[in-house]
Amino acid sequence: MIVNKNTLILAVAGLACLLAGPLAAETPKEEQEAFQTYFKKRFPNVPEDDFKNGAYAIDPVGRENWEAIEEFPPYENSISNGETMWNKPFANGKGYADCFPDGPAIQGKYPYWDKARGLVVTLPLALNECRAANKEEPLKYQKGPIADLVAYIAFESRGQITKVEIPEDDPRALEAYQKGKQFYFARRGQLNFSCAQCHLGNSGTKLRTEILSPALGHTTHWPVYRSEWGEMGTLHRRFAGCNEQVRAKAFKPQGEEYRNLEYFLTYMNNGLELNGPGARK
Amino acid sequence: MPTTALNRSRLAALALGLSAMVPGPILAAIPDDMALDGDAAVGKLVANDRAKGNCVACHAMAGSEGPGSIGPVLIAMQTRFPSKKELANQIWDATVKNPEAVMPPFGKHQILSQKEFVDVVEFIWSL
Repeated sequence: MIVNKNTLILAVAGLACLLAGPLAAETPKEEQEAFQTYFKKRFPNVPEDDFKNGAYAIDPVGRENWEAIEEFPPYENSISNGETMWNKPFANGKGYADCFPDGPAIQGKYPYWDKARGLVVTLPLALNECRAANKEEPLKYQKGPIADLVAYIAFESRGQITKVEIPEDDPRALEAYQKGKQFYFARRGQLNFSCAQCHLGNSGTKLRTEILSPALGHTTHWPVYRSEWGEMGTLHRRFAGCNEQVRAKAFKPQGEEYRNLEYFLTYMNNGLELNGPGARK
Repeated sequence: MPTTALNRSRLAALALGLSAMVPGPILAAIPDDMALDGDAAVGKLVANDRAKGNCVACHAMAGSEGPGSIGPVLIAMQTRFPSKKELANQIWDATVKNPEAVMPPFGKHQILSQKEFVDVVEFIWSL
């Protein structure tokens, strides 16, 4: 399944240069192509539309277990809680549908670059902004009600295609993308790992008995019921957990660092179908 | 469980109120006065301890179940490294030889105490 080692090393070095190098001659579009081509070459037996299934696209045994779990999805309660939240009016009588008239199937619009405010807007951020506009308390970003609400939206949005845009008429959007990319390739923590070292350069290899999932497919299926958590969690909860695993201090969920990271990573996943919420080990 | 009591520099760091993430001053290289005369049996425990060496997370090695496949198999080490010191340098900070090395810098970042470090070196050298 994995191409031979020398080719691999060259490919990784090439991509790392291409993606992380200071020569920003390449456009995000070209970087996205290099990123996706890398995974398609690394895992030539994976059908293109199967990368959205993460590690289960490359791990037949894990996939069997996962498919069995999906028979009675552990995220089902979360979806129905989220639906109740979506439909329950705020104290002022308004609701989420007033903020998101196209809702609830709106996941495919996020994350996006908000030119007026000069920041990356993610779905959880937009949901809390809707609450704030209606004088409701914000939801905590890692788990609980926010995960339920996003699970419902994700479920309703299934089948939409990831298509993050980096508007060319605002250099700050490119800058946010670059910051996310820099985060992705930077070593951090006592263990000194970057995101890329495990999920790009070593994707498909084993860390103890766990197969490292390819980064292509990392953004399609959130929020996730993770068996290790025993509950639902958001993408930023996972980012924080990964940072802590390398013994770094996690950043704030929905802070600028993780929003930019989500912007970069989701852009790299453009073209993949949204299939959240998901279940993972 | 190996004896993984807080080492002296970590205690000093805590006393200074530094973050537990950075337990003490970072030593780029193995201190000159560090004798590489550890206890291989203890080193084996450290090497297999998930919170410590965790070598088996990435390396297959004799006597360890369920190894990872990120790094090379740890075997015939004395034919692969010209000296115990060279091996120790590699475990201390693999990025000196290869800046792209994925392996965590076990000595430099004080993932292991100096005692644990020399024990692990002794064990790996024996493989």
